[in-house]
Amino acid sequence: MAVPHQDQDKARLDAAFSELYKAHLRDVYSYAYYRVGNHHDAEDLTEQTFLQAYRHFERAQRESDGRPLRPWLIRIAHNLAANYYRDRSRKPQTPIDDAGVISTPHTTEALVEDRDDLKRILEGVQELPDDRREALIMRFALGMDNREIARALGRSDGATKVLLHRAIRQLEEIVKRAEGPTEP
Amino acid sequence: MSEQFADFESMLRRALVPVDPPKELEARLELTLGSLVDIAAEELDAIELSSMRDPRNWTRLARPVAAVGIGSAAALGLVVVRTRRKRHNRRTEARSRVDLVGKTVRDFSREARRVADDIF
Repeated sequence: MAVPHQDQDKARLDAAFSELYKAHLRDVYSYAYYRVGNHHDAEDLTEQTFLQAYRHFERAQRESDGRPLRPWLIRIAHNLAANYYRDRSRKPQTPIDDAGVISTPHTTEALVEDRDDLKRILEGVQELPDDRREALIMRFALGMDNREIARALGRSDGATKVLLHRAIRQLEEIVKRAEGPTEP
Repeated sequence: MSEQFADFESMLRRALVPVDPPKELEARLELTLGSLVDIAAEELDAIELSSMRDPRNWTRLARPVAAVGIGSAAALGLVVVRTRRKRHNRRTEARSRVDLVGKTVRDFSREARRVADDIF
């Protein structure tokens, strides 16, 4: 008697994982891409993230209490990325090889300067300390709110708000410095 | 100051645009996850038929993708074969069904990396 019930559970679980995968593949890939700085390693990291997620999905779903699982997924990617650097003694590559900013359509020459600004911002992001860089990626590339970022990073909401604020301020300073001294 | 800050935030939002994953990655991942579920299902089948749950929904998802015919099919086959080769050890070592699935995933992942390293 218990078998059909278990069958249903398993089918429901697999369907839920399939939904999670479809809904967040782009998020995980974007995170991985901005984290490691190239498509090849981003693909590898994304693949590993979903394999890990599959292993622990049942438990995560049970413990999530109905909350969205995106922070959990990004946390897996975050841990794998940390291992990736530790194992291979790598640093994020900069500049990001052909980031979204490069592929964003710009139609007039007047926008070239704007494009340079965006490129400087991207390069600046790579100079930030890991936690600040990750918080910015989660906020701006993935559109996560403070609470989601806090869960992904294992911090309090308040600490995350401060982290984001400091990250933006620091990045602003890096970009200003890169632009050089302004004319009086 | 805050206006300037908001302006910078909007620049930041434009710089960090979401990046679409390559189509090949989507297809490969769906296929990998589908195969993984198949392997786990077969191994569970062999251990305890009565409590087996048939997780073949992934293949339904993977089949149309596989039909498209991506180049990684052969590599994946190799990964599957190598993973299956170790099934007896896994069964012997596994403490529970959950542990067995975990070990299967680990072996699969390890073999996938090996094959990828061989190719690239």
